[in-house]
Amino acid sequence: MSAAGPRIAVIGASAAGLAAAEGLRRLGWDGVITVVGDEPHPPYDRPPLSKQVLSGAWPPERTALRDAGRLAGLGLDLRLGTRAVAYDPARREVTLDDGERTVLECAGVVAATGVRPRTLPGTEGVEGVHVLRTLQDALALRRRLAEPGRRLAVVGSGVLGAEAAAVARGLGHEVALIGAQDTPMERVLGREVGALLAGVHRDHGVTLYPGRTVTGIAVDGGRARGVRLADGAFVEADDVLVAIGSEPAVDWLRGPAAPDLSDGLGCDRYCAAAPGLYGAGDVARWYHVGLGRHIRIEHRMNAGEQGLAAARNLLAELDGERFGQRSPFEPVPYFWSDQYDLKLHAYGILAGAVRTEVLRLGGDPLRLAALYGDADRVTGVLGIGLTPRQARSLRPLAAAPGTWQEALARLRETVAA
Amino acid sequence: MNITVDESKCCGAGQCVLVAPDVFDQRDEDGIVVLLDATPEPGLHAAVRDAATICPAAAIQVHE
Ligand SMILES: Cc1cc2nc3c(=O)[nH]c(=O)nc-3n(C[C@H](O)[C@H](O)[C@H](O)COP(=O)(O)OP(=O)(O)OC[C@H]3O[C@@H](n4cnc5c(N)ncnc54)[C@H](O)[C@@H]3O)c2cc1C
Ligand code: SF4
Repeated sequence: MSAAGPRIAVIGASAAGLAAAEGLRRLGWDGVITVVGDEPHPPYDRPPLSKQVLSGAWPPERTALRDAGRLAGLGLDLRLGTRAVAYDPARREVTLDDGERTVLECAGVVAATGVRPRTLPGTEGVEGVHVLRTLQDALALRRRLAEPGRRLAVVGSGVLGAEAAAVARGLGHEVALIGAQDTPMERVLGREVGALLAGVHRDHGVTLYPGRTVTGIAVDGGRARGVRLADGAFVEADDVLVAIGSEPAVDWLRGPAAPDLSDGLGCDRYCAAAPGLYGAGDVARWYHVGLGRHIRIEHRMNAGEQGLAAARNLLAELDGERFGQRSPFEPVPYFWSDQYDLKLHAYGILAGAVRTEVLRLGGDPLRLAALYGDADRVTGVLGIGLTPRQARSLRPLAAAPGTWQEALARLRETVAA
Repeated sequence: MNITVDESKCCGAGQCVLVAPDVFDQRDEDGIVVLLDATPEPGLHAAVRDAATICPAAAIQVHE
């Protein structure tokens, strides 16, 4: 190998990949760090895409995760506009699609390739049909929304669709929010809070189509004209945003000796998928010891935390004497969402709860705290419209899940304080 | 070490306050980060670097 020493390759140059690269350097890896990203841009942040970039409040440069000087200071072998196309776990070799089909020999690899948006079949290349994952996607939709008086149909009422609908309404466009769920973000927030959120969207003038199945997009001369629903309804639109979830980007990891790729890259408690191969961010499904099961989290905070954890554990595997022992990655999951002037904060696991308790604060129906969990245990907590101190104080409830009785008592104490 | 924060990027996640409570706080009204100590003592440097890496809005810059 080159005089610069052994190499760690980080595949995916976004939130998780950057955190991993930064972590590797900071923890003292003095070999090569090759960061491979298939987008042309230096690492940028995605949450603002459906908020400040879509609304036009931020120029796209503001989404940069690090300025040029800071990035240069990390001394990375940064290969942008380059895709990893294959991985050989036995030889720890990554193949790139850079024309020469460069093969990188690696001491270790961090997989941080994120997810790709699902699309509706038959809509490729149709003008006016959008997804929202990359800066390019956001700018394309922004260009359309920069003109006044558009009709936007949003297919999918998860967090992404709900945020985009809020921004488009804020810009004065006609907005339809079409979802298979009965209320926006219902899979995560449950029916009761979802109904509140539905009310907020309706009050802002969004037309909701809950519990509907989309059968297709009507196209006229290569342009989207509207959305067809299974019940025969037709939603006319100039633009259609398809926000129906995503698939982990694991194609480059496929092969005869591939690790478990059944829902993202399957990893153990240390974020290791195979010797020398670690996963981080949206793409990684790992065993969370505290929860006692595998989880995969598509949230921004986790990308940074897991990138750092994967870097630590990979170094510990490569040289335990120098870098210490591996430790299990056991974060308290966190996400936030902004819709209109509502701010949602959530800790722990909300999705799949069989029991929910909503505590309203004061007279304002949009100030609340809610607990989520299974029959015996609280696993997650949500706050809407809380003060920062109140929001932060929710975290311990999800960090050390208790019985419903304990959690309710603690929640009342916390938000009363 | 010298720290700066970009208030207009901060999304009020409060992760910095959890990691380095001696250095960061949040405004009561809107949760925006408040820098308590721009030049913290060396014992806090590791926590501050971690906070900057995991801040989900990339709102914390550390100059060394
Ligand atoms: C519009 C939008 C709004 C969001 N808002 C919020 C929010 O409010 N709160 C929140 O908590 N989370 C939010 N998220 C989620 C958050 O942005 C993600 O969890 C985070 O970006 C995950 O980071 P990552 O590095 O794991 O993956 P990604 O950001 O997806 O990065 C993966 C990178 O790897 C590249 N790549 C893929 N395959 C290859 C390959 N074979 N070779 C080379 N490169 C490859 C991809 O192109 C991409 O650049 C939002 C996401 C989006 C899209
Ligand atoms: S971690 Fe970042 S986004 Fe969160 S409060 Fe601190 S500075 Fe703001």
